[in-house]
Amino acid sequence: MTEEKTHHPEPSYLVDTGKYKGLMAWLTSTDHKRIGLMYMYAIMVFFSVGVILGVLMRMELYWPGQQIYGPQAYNGIFTIHGIIMIFTVVIPGLAAVFGNFSLPLMIGAKDVAFPRLNLFSFYLYVLGAAIALASQFMGNGPPDTGWTFYAPYSIQTQTNVVAAVFGAFVLGFSSILTGLNFIVTMHRMRAPGMTFFKMPLFPWSLYATAWIQVLATPIVGITLLMIIAERWLRIGFFDPSLGGDPILYQHLFWIYSHPAVYIMILPAMGVITEIIPTFALRRIFGYKAIAISSLAIASVGYFVWAHHMYTSGMSTTARWVFSLLTFLVAVPSAIKVFNWVTTMYKGSISVKPPFLFALGFIFLFMIGGMTGLSLGALATNIHVHDTAYVVAHFHYIVFGGVGFAFFAAIYYWYPKMYGRMYNIKMANWSFVFLFTGFNLLYFPQFIIGMMGMPRRYFDYLPQFTFGHQLSFWGGILLVIGFVIMLITLFSKKGAKAPDNPWGGRTFEWNIPSPPPVENFDIMPELGVNEGPYDYK
Amino acid sequence: MGASNFVEGVDLAFKIIFGISLFFLVGITTVMLYFVYRYNRKRHPQAVQIKDNNFLEFTWITVPLILVLLMFYYGYVAFSPMRNVPKDAIPITVIGKMWVWTFEYEGGKQSPVLVVPLNKAVKLNLHSDDVIHSLYIPAFRIKEDVVPGKKNYMWFIAQQPGEYDVLCTVYCGLRHSYMETKTRVVSEEEYAAWLKALPEKSAEPDGLVILKKNACTGCHSIDGSKIVSTSFKGLYGKTEKVVTNGTERSITVDDEYIMTSVYDPDKDLVVGYPKGLMKTYRGIVTEDEMNKVIDYLKTIK
Ligand code: HEM
Ligand SMILES: [Cu+2]
Ligand SMILES: [Cu+2]
Repeated sequence: MTEEKTHHPEPSYLVDTGKYKGLMAWLTSTDHKRIGLMYMYAIMVFFSVGVILGVLMRMELYWPGQQIYGPQAYNGIFTIHGIIMIFTVVIPGLAAVFGNFSLPLMIGAKDVAFPRLNLFSFYLYVLGAAIALASQFMGNGPPDTGWTFYAPYSIQTQTNVVAAVFGAFVLGFSSILTGLNFIVTMHRMRAPGMTFFKMPLFPWSLYATAWIQVLATPIVGITLLMIIAERWLRIGFFDPSLGGDPILYQHLFWIYSHPAVYIMILPAMGVITEIIPTFALRRIFGYKAIAISSLAIASVGYFVWAHHMYTSGMSTTARWVFSLLTFLVAVPSAIKVFNWVTTMYKGSISVKPPFLFALGFIFLFMIGGMTGLSLGALATNIHVHDTAYVVAHFHYIVFGGVGFAFFAAIYYWYPKMYGRMYNIKMANWSFVFLFTGFNLLYFPQFIIGMMGMPRRYFDYLPQFTFGHQLSFWGGILLVIGFVIMLITLFSKKGAKAPDNPWGGRTFEWNIPSPPPVENFDIMPELGVNEGPYDYK
Repeated sequence: MGASNFVEGVDLAFKIIFGISLFFLVGITTVMLYFVYRYNRKRHPQAVQIKDNNFLEFTWITVPLILVLLMFYYGYVAFSPMRNVPKDAIPITVIGKMWVWTFEYEGGKQSPVLVVPLNKAVKLNLHSDDVIHSLYIPAFRIKEDVVPGKKNYMWFIAQQPGEYDVLCTVYCGLRHSYMETKTRVVSEEEYAAWLKALPEKSAEPDGLVILKKNACTGCHSIDGSKIVSTSFKGLYGKTEKVVTNGTERSITVDDEYIMTSVYDPDKDLVVGYPKGLMKTYRGIVTEDEMNKVIDYLKTIK
């Protein structure tokens, strides 16, 4: 991974300057930019595995009845698909990759506050992912509980649940430590003159995210340990046959896992908030509203978890209170959408791949969010809860939202990361396939969900066949788009990238591409009357 | 008229929520695409730096807030009757068990399909024998989880005669997707006649009752068909190839083998089945009960 020197006297971070060379130099590096890239490679690999598993499910579901494998295999596949996609792809996701790569650059810092802790988090991530994957090959076969590990099934099944749960537990620590690191970084290491309300909005979104990571993740950690304890020691927390309460499990699980949705989506919103001003050459509209809405989402988001449990037999009071709170948390997301669109008004817009993906994000995220409204309302939730409608809804949020924002972010910061451009035409084609494929894959799931197709079904009634078949073909288009994207990014070296290829205003665009090891040789500053998005 | 008394309210809530959403989705997307076109760098080389506008921010906080509160309201209004069961509702106990639904009527009579009279309130008392299931009747727009150790319930009035799907929506293991049956809505007279003709529960031999109660019949059929595992029909006395401690051997199915298979299922595994597919029933089915089961198995040659 060597690069010729830029015009800059300092060597780029891609050049090995330490005691090791090559792979070892990467694996031992505490440079936030290298760690960010390592997360990116790991996440791309896991994402690819998850996609293959997704397509395997779609193949099995092409016709009713058994096609290529049996129900036990299907149950194992949707479980590990969910575990991989949630715990190793979208939860670390944008925060781990671009929080690491871009955050210090954007606030004018030389690194994160605790570089070695940062590398340690990366290794915890690798370890946790390895344990979760090992669950597939050890013990009594792959876990078959779904990524939610609902008790008492997760206590009673003979499959290898403990390994998967322990993997998720370790991954949780990686997330907590990353969050902690970012909070301290943002409090202590902002450039002179950069007050909190002059910080760019991607860092703002990471700030809100980091608090959720630190405060909510321990709860799921404890809950997962309780599952292990219950399985080994037969304690009786959750399993009624041991005297436990299965609904308690659901509460504990969702107290984390609902805020976790915001761990995934907030950084995605942050990325979009950076991309739109850059490609419209316009200051962001509603800076404060966007910053505060991130905090609002992070805080109100704690109090809506039981909307996953409307049918569990909770009291009517609990049901309507959680429904009301759920609707309140919808508003800050809407605010962001309005501000993004208004930022385009009277801008000077250049539709480059990152911007195209940002547009895709806004559209898909709106569909995901709006279909969430009928999941938040009581009467309608009862009908579509735990059906294919939910499968479509959360894929629109986590894949259409987080996934597309992730692709947008890669296309956006790629020139900064590698000092190279990519082929813009190819990148646009990847969008066409990903976007079309995505909608063809998941939109039919809304419809068959409304018709009554339950989720986690290996086999189904004949009236749902057509919807599943459309989904399969959508999946194929999507995979083609993903392969085009990988080829565009990683097949050959593009032309040399300028320091600021898109006309961005945040600090990372004032330094060489790729950045030198220490990021800045003259520390950047914000003047009294300067904001983060000032265009002349 | 809807298939149940809840259809109208639920569908109205859907229409309101989808209607408002569609309006905003189309509106915002159109405006966004128009901006991208109109202010494209080719047509609009110089961006205008526009200041924040508190009035706009205020508007797009309050308008969505009002709209979502409206959605909440319609969702609540259509939902709250689902929790208020009329006093005269016919009680039926639903037993969810891996992976069959059983409906128990007054007097303990059991049926694998849910038969209900037209235009009469019916209350379903939900009972699970093992893990969580969820009873879902899409045509009626109702669903409630069947949680072991918890007394959940649901109710409805069927308003259209016909046959409707009944499904399980909480993942409950291997054959979750096969945990489905029908509900049949019939006239009151038909219902009375059907209920009368429904055989008393005790008509089944003890052994079979035990097999059903523990959901053995979810995987092992009694009619020779293959569900998950071997069928019970003709099993007793048959020669089976099994794997014991990694070595294959032939055995004859006798009392002892059946006992081992139930209490220590992975010890002698029938060739072709993975470990862990069946859990042990030690502490769940007593030896006494097992003897009755064996007596019954001897009868279905
Ligand atoms: C080509 C891409 C993908 C395909 C074809 C796909 C397909 C599927 C299918 C068929 C299911 C099972 C639904 C069911 O049985 O009810 C599923 C579940 C799921 N998917 Fe995906 N998916 C894809 C990408 C993703 C991505 C990118 C994410 C997250 C970032 C994701 C997260 C999940 C989760 C959390 C579940 C639920 C697992 C569970 O029920 O335990 N998927 N997906
Ligand atoms: Cu949630
Ligand atoms: Cu089920």
